[in-house]
Amino acid sequence: MLTKKVKKRILFLFSIFLLSAIAIFFIIKSLNRNILYFSSPTEIKQREDIPFGKAMRVGGMVQKGSIIINKKDIQFKVTDFENEILISYSGAVPNLFAEEKGVVAEGRLRDKNFFIADRILAKHDENYMPPEIKEIIKKNVK
Amino acid sequence: MLSSVGIGLVILVLILSFLIIYIACLDLKISRQTVEKKIYNLSLFQITFTVLSFFTLIIAFISSDFSLINVYENSHTNKPFFYKIAGTWGSHEGSLLLWVNILVIFSYLFLVFNHTHNKNFRLYTLIFQNILILGFLFFLLLNSNPFSSIYPVPIEGLGLNPILQDPALAIHPPLLYVGFVGCSIYFSAAMASLVSGYSGKLFAISIKTWVKISWCFQTLGIIVGSIWAYYELGWGGFWFWDPVENASLLPWFAITALMHSLIVLEKRNALYSWVIILCLLTFILSVTGTFLVRSGILNSVHTFASDPSRGIYILLFLSFMIFSSLIIFFSKYKKETYNFNLKSREIFILANNWFMAFFLVTVLIGMLYPIFLDVLTSVKISVGPPFFNIVIIPLVVPFMFLMAVGPKFGWIKSKNKIFHKFLILILGAGTINLFIFYFSGKYSLLSNLIFISAIFLILHSLLDLKNFINNRNKLELPRIISHLGFGLLVFFIGINHQFSIEEDFNLKVGEIKKTNTYKISFEEIKIKESKNYKAVIGNFKLTNLKNNLVQNLGPEIRIYSNPETLTYEAAIRTKIHSDLYLTMSNVSRSDYYNIKFQKKPFMIWIWISALMISLGGFVQLTLKKNEN
Repeated sequence: MLTKKVKKRILFLFSIFLLSAIAIFFIIKSLNRNILYFSSPTEIKQREDIPFGKAMRVGGMVQKGSIIINKKDIQFKVTDFENEILISYSGAVPNLFAEEKGVVAEGRLRDKNFFIADRILAKHDENYMPPEIKEIIKKNVK
Repeated sequence: MLSSVGIGLVILVLILSFLIIYIACLDLKISRQTVEKKIYNLSLFQITFTVLSFFTLIIAFISSDFSLINVYENSHTNKPFFYKIAGTWGSHEGSLLLWVNILVIFSYLFLVFNHTHNKNFRLYTLIFQNILILGFLFFLLLNSNPFSSIYPVPIEGLGLNPILQDPALAIHPPLLYVGFVGCSIYFSAAMASLVSGYSGKLFAISIKTWVKISWCFQTLGIIVGSIWAYYELGWGGFWFWDPVENASLLPWFAITALMHSLIVLEKRNALYSWVIILCLLTFILSVTGTFLVRSGILNSVHTFASDPSRGIYILLFLSFMIFSSLIIFFSKYKKETYNFNLKSREIFILANNWFMAFFLVTVLIGMLYPIFLDVLTSVKISVGPPFFNIVIIPLVVPFMFLMAVGPKFGWIKSKNKIFHKFLILILGAGTINLFIFYFSGKYSLLSNLIFISAIFLILHSLLDLKNFINNRNKLELPRIISHLGFGLLVFFIGINHQFSIEEDFNLKVGEIKKTNTYKISFEEIKIKESKNYKAVIGNFKLTNLKNNLVQNLGPEIRIYSNPETLTYEAAIRTKIHSDLYLTMSNVSRSDYYNIKFQKKPFMIWIWISALMISLGGFVQLTLKKNEN
C-alpha cells in the first residue's frame, strides 16, 4: 500500500514527465513543419522532389547585368556559376544587395526557373559571406 | 607606445589574478572571520589596472593611433567623436576587453559589498571569478589582442561599419555585456556556495542584488538592440527570431527563472539545488551565445566580425566551465525534500520556471537544430520565425494568466476567497476584447485568447497598482510595474501585428502611388553632404485619404566613404497612436526607387511597455538601497 506522500510524489513526477513529453512532441512537430531548406540553383534544377509552394531559401551570386526594376518588383538572376534562377521580389532591398554579391532569398518556387521571394536577407558586414554561398563558390569557381 | 602600455597593463592584471588566487587559497586555511587586507588591496590594484587598460584603448581610438591593428581596422579620422569612443567596443577585440573589465569590476564589488557574509564563501567566489578572468585574459592575449601593433603604421584607418554608427548601437553592447557578464559573479558564487557549504537563505541574500542588476541590464540591452533593428534595418520589424537575437534571449529566460526562484530560496529556504543550476546555466548560456555568434557557426544577418579560430578557444573554455561545474555540483549535491502546497505562491513560481524552461528549450532547439543537421547530414536548413511563433505564442496565454494570479497567493498555503475576483476580471477582459474585435476587424481564435489574457493581466496589475496606492507596500511595486509592462507589451504587439499596413512598390521621382488609405507622392530628391557620408534624401508627400492630413517624410540613402558602404535610413514619423515608416532603396542606379511603406499602430507603446519591464527591476534596486 502506498502512503499518501509517495502517491503524491509519483503523481507529481508523472505529471512533470507527461508535460515535458507533450512539450517536446509539439516542439519537434512544429519544427518539422517550419524548416526552410536551402538550395542552390543547381540543386533546384537537378532534384526531382523539390517542393513547389513551400517556403524555402535560395542563394548564390547576383548575376551581372541581370537586375531589372519596374513599377511592381525587382527581378534578378541568382547564379552558382553552373545554373541560374530568376528571382522576383517587391520591396526595399537590403543595403548590401548588389550585382556580383552574395544573396540569400526566402520565398517560394513557382517553377524550376522562377522564384518569388518575400524576403531578401541582408548582411550587415560587407566582408561577410553566408557559409552556404562560400561553399558554392568554393565548389564552382577555381 | 599605447600598444605596449595596454599590453603591459593586461599582463599586470593577469599576474594580479594569479596572486589573488594564490593568497586567497592561503587565506582559506587561516581560521579568522575576516578576509585578509592584502586581498582587498590586490583586488583594488586589479580593478584599477583593468579600467586603465580600457581607457588606454579609448585614448588610442580618440587619438586615432593607427599603430594598433584594432584601431586601424575599426576607426577613421573622419569619424565623429562619439563613434570613435563607441568604436572601442565595436570590434571583437575591444568588446572582449570590455568583457574582462566587467568580470573584474563585478569581482571587486562583490568582494567589497558582501562583507557580512561567510569568509570562505567570499574567498571561493573570488577564486572562481579569477579563474574566469584568467581564462578570458589568456584568450584576449593569445587570440584577440586589442593592443596588437602594426608596422609600418598606416596613415588612415578603415573605418567602422556605418550600420554600427548609431546611438542605440553604441550603448547596446555595454548594456548587454553588463547583463551577460554580470552573470559571471553568481556563477562563481554558486560554485563557491557548493564548495564552502554556505547555502540556503543566506546564499540567496548574497547574490540577489547581483541577479537583479544583471537582469535589468540584460532586459534593457535586448530592448535597445530591438529598437535599433527597428529603425536601422529598414524592415519595420523589431524581432526576427534571428539566431543572434535568440542567443541573447536564452540567458534571459534562465535569469528570469532564477530571479523568481531566488525569492523562494530566500523566503522559504527551498529549491536550493535548482537555484544553483540556474546560476550556473545563466552564465554558461551567456558564454555559449557569445561562442556561437563570434565563431560564425550561427548563420545570422546580425553577424559582425566572426572568425572560426575564436570559436575553438571559447569552446574549450566553455567545456571546461561546464564540466567543472557539473563535477562540483554532483559531488556536493545534497538531496532536498520539497513539500509545496498546490495553492501557494511557491507553486506559481515553479510554474513560471516551467514556462521559462520551455521557452528556453524551444529557442535552443530552433537555434541548434540547423547546426546539428548540417554536421550530421550536410543538409542546409534554417528555422523560420513561424516555428517560434507557433510554439511560443500559444503558451503565452496560460503564462499570462498565471502571471496575473500567482502573486495573489500567499506563501505556504492560501484560501479560495480571491476566486470570484478573477472571474470578474476575466469577464472584463473578455468584454474589452469583444469591443476590439467588433470595431476593428476580425482575427483568429488564438489572437482572441492572447488579447483576453493580456488584458486580464493588465487589469489585474492595475488593480494591484490601486491597492499599492492605498497601502504603500513598496515591496510590491517593482513586480507590479514589470508584470504590467509585460501585459501591455503582449497587448500592443498583438494590436500592432493585427493592424499593421504594409505596401511595397517602386517609384520614379515625380510619380504618385495610391494605396487604400494613403496617397504617396515622390516629390524630389536632394543631395546632402555630411562629415563622413553623402546622403540622398527623398521627399515624399503622404496624404491620408480619410482626413486629408498631409505629412512629409524624408528617407535617406547614405553613401559612407570609409568604408564605402550604402545604408538606407528609414523615415519614421512617430505619433502616439501609430508610426509611419518609409524606406527607400535603389539598386544599380536605376530610375526606380524601391519603396517600403508601413503604418504600424502603437509602436511607441511597445517600447514604453518593454522599458517598463526593466524599469521594474531598477525600481527594486533603489528600494533595496533605501532599506539598508
